Amino acid sequence: MIMLKNGKFIVLILLVFCAILFSSCSTVKSSEKAYLNDGEMTLALRKLEKLEINFQLYREGSSGATGGKSGGGCGCN
Amino acid sequence: MLKINLSFFGLILSLVQIYAQSFVIDSTKIYKKKVLSFEEANILSSYYHQEGNHSAITGGIGTEKLSDFANVIDLKLTRYDGRGKKYTYGAEFGVDYYTSASSDKIDTKVSSASSSDVRVYPSLNYSVDNEKTGLILGGNIAFSKEYDYTSIGGGANFSKKSKNQNTEFSAKANVFLDTYSQIVPTEFRSNLPSRQQKKGEIGNAARNSYDLSMTLSQVMSKRFQIALTLDLAYQSGLLSTPFHRVYMNDGSLLRETLPGTRFKIPIGLRANYFIGGKFIIRSFYRYYQDDWGMTSHTAHIELPYKISPFFSVSPFYRYYHQTKIDYFAPYQENKPGAEYFSSDYDLSGFDSQFFGVGVRYIPIKIVANLFAISQMELRGALYNRSDGLSAGILTFHIQFKGF
Repeated sequence: MIMLKNGKFIVLILLVFCAILFSSCSTVKSSEKAYLNDGEMTLALRKLEKLEINFQLYREGSSGATGGKSGGGCGCN
Repeated sequence: MLKINLSFFGLILSLVQIYAQSFVIDSTKIYKKKVLSFEEANILSSYYHQEGNHSAITGGIGTEKLSDFANVIDLKLTRYDGRGKKYTYGAEFGVDYYTSASSDKIDTKVSSASSSDVRVYPSLNYSVDNEKTGLILGGNIAFSKEYDYTSIGGGANFSKKSKNQNTEFSAKANVFLDTYSQIVPTEFRSNLPSRQQKKGEIGNAARNSYDLSMTLSQVMSKRFQIALTLDLAYQSGLLSTPFHRVYMNDGSLLRETLPGTRFKIPIGLRANYFIGGKFIIRSFYRYYQDDWGMTSHTAHIELPYKISPFFSVSPFYRYYHQTKIDYFAPYQENKPGAEYFSSDYDLSGFDSQFFGVGVRYIPIKIVANLFAISQMELRGALYNRSDGLSAGILTFHIQFKGF
């Protein structure tokens, strides 16, 4: 069973996120999303970043929460 | 009364406008839909090279020199059904060629087969996007094969947008069923049957990975949006690497041994902000924890600057910190009698920095009246790890769009 040594930290992040989510956001109409729809504003890894994440998956012990795959493949060299 | 009437009139006008807009959009889709059409293709290439002196294959000492040349091509086809549903069919094919000096030390007598290798990884994906309800359902299958490792994977994904399209929840579940052909170092081959001694293969072992990823994204303003991602990942089977040596502090030599399960919880927050008309802040933070005793923090910031509508420059910086797993110790520092032990520096405690710059060009160049070159991007970056490992990566992307 995982030891949540820093569980409070995760809870804090969630609370901050929820506070921002439910208090600060305003409704933005589709016609007002010119900036948000810009290719650089995407809330995911861009194509090239996936290749960079690949080597980081191998050279670092942690993975996930990036939108890229977090399993499969060896990476044992 | 007049106020109410004007408001009502305004409301009617707005509704008419919205209806008119949606009518135009829908009719375009209906026109496009019935034929399966080319939407997008991407070609990606990268060259990666690293140098270091803590190879796990030689017990935490020795060269980690490695080069990898990766190429990926993907293709996306779409069609509409006339009822607001968009069907997407995707295929991807990747090939990596790598050379590894440390892999050459698995067999100390002759050059090992895996000192250079090719990995191929095709995959297919399919999704249905109901644009009326904001619901997306999809699935994928993936395959990966290299000399001593085979991976078969599959998954399903779900996504739902709010009515105002400002909030989106998505979930993705993936399973990877991997088979490891276990190759052991030369020192562990003397007791093997003679036909197995040359290659050092001692049979297959399974490694399975199960991932559930959930993301909540939210538009905060006309220029600001964020996404929170929580992953739950569980692995079981052979999680150690059969050819990693471990030299104990009494001088004995063993093979790396790690627990048969691992549970990981990463949580990430991505926030992007558009400043003025040319400047964007892309940021990402991740906290990670697993039941092998590792915790990590990742902070990434990228600052794309639009020199013109078609050309942008993006410097970026990533800082990463991880603590070691409970079973790691350097060369000749593991204690005999321990149940699990490793001298793999990828699982040690370290900091790393990754920084570089990307240039992006949007030529919108139409080729043979069939498709357009919609984007070209080149990125170069350096990676430094506090244990002395250093690396560089050069990546290139070209995108084609149908019309």
